[in-house]
Amino acid sequence: MVASHTSRLPALVDKHARKLLAAWLERQIDSGSLRSGQIKEDELKEQSQRFLGAFVGALKADQNDDISAANWGPARELLGDVSRSRAVQGFTPSETATFVFSLKEPLFTLLRDEVNGSAQQLGEEIWTVTKLIDKLGLYTTEIYQQSRDDIIRRQAHELLELSTPVVELWDKIVALPLIGTLDSERTQTVMENLLNHIVKSGAEIAIIDITGVPTVDTLVAQHLIKTVSAARLMGADCIISGIRPQIAQTIVHLGLQLDVVSKATMADAFALALKRTGQGVVRNAAKPT
Amino acid sequence: MEEIPILKVGRCLLVSIQIDMHDRLAMALQDDLTRRLVETRARGVLIDISALDLVDSFIGRMLSNIAAMARVLDAHTVVVGMRPQVAITLVELGLTLTGIQTALDVDRGLALINRLIDAEGEDGAGGAQ
Repeated sequence: MVASHTSRLPALVDKHARKLLAAWLERQIDSGSLRSGQIKEDELKEQSQRFLGAFVGALKADQNDDISAANWGPARELLGDVSRSRAVQGFTPSETATFVFSLKEPLFTLLRDEVNGSAQQLGEEIWTVTKLIDKLGLYTTEIYQQSRDDIIRRQAHELLELSTPVVELWDKIVALPLIGTLDSERTQTVMENLLNHIVKSGAEIAIIDITGVPTVDTLVAQHLIKTVSAARLMGADCIISGIRPQIAQTIVHLGLQLDVVSKATMADAFALALKRTGQGVVRNAAKPT
Repeated sequence: MEEIPILKVGRCLLVSIQIDMHDRLAMALQDDLTRRLVETRARGVLIDISALDLVDSFIGRMLSNIAAMARVLDAHTVVVGMRPQVAITLVELGLTLTGIQTALDVDRGLALINRLIDAEGEDGAGGAQ
């Protein structure tokens, strides 16, 4: 890139900032940035204005087109904020990237109107702008993707914590209602939770209820067996309950050996647990009416 | 030389392992325990491993061996006080200590052994578990 040819861009953008902003906003609204109603026009205008300011500032400071350089810092930060907030608000990736890409057309128009020199000079100016905007657009998408990944990770973590409660049913009896698919990571959490709870409450019987587990395949069965074995090592017996008809068939068809007492319903498992711990529930003779 | 104390509690022998096990110590423990079992005619062995935060395949095998030896001398073995992390590690290693009874703490272990002995008394005959 020849520096002398590109030197007009910062001055031009600075001089026509107002016009540029208006044209840019128009392009953004045309492309439907406001359609979904997740962002107000005022907010969009403010974001655009601030970004344009940072854009001009970066251009003025240095002529390089390396957006990881220090002079692009404020612009990068701003774009990052915009992308993150849009990822949270539920914008699609294209909608988010449009924020930057829609600046292209107004900039091209500006250059076409103002650069009266040779076609070669115009071409070079446009090429510089294209490179810059493309890089900024890619950066936006990258940040957007990162934010989405963060959201997904956080949700997975929350789900993990939510879905592994250990319930104290009775003296010496705890229940572990499992909801959702059992993978290795969850099994680990479930196991730790259960074992710690057994130590804390001195439980002798743990009922593992798999009513909420959608499918039982060899892997899930293996994880269940691990949990049962670990509880057994601690001196607590396990009963598996909540086996649906479909799952009973699957277990037999797969030839799985669970090696543990299993009951169809939690109530049956609880009755067995009471019996094993030498406890009982009796119905009052006089039934209240 | 360090030694693992063996205490007689009722009909049981209580072994509390509180130091790192190594070959010689394990051999000595097996020697002591079998000798004491014969001497005292105890019917149960309670092994407390609540002080161990690491149980590897070596200790696992030692526990199995002790259980088998005690079985020959007509005594039940119960391992008590395993920590959650130890249990998880053993399961991950694939060592589930089959053939060994477990209990949460010494109290429950004693109760379990007494139940096992009483159940045997009713049957009249011993027999392997």
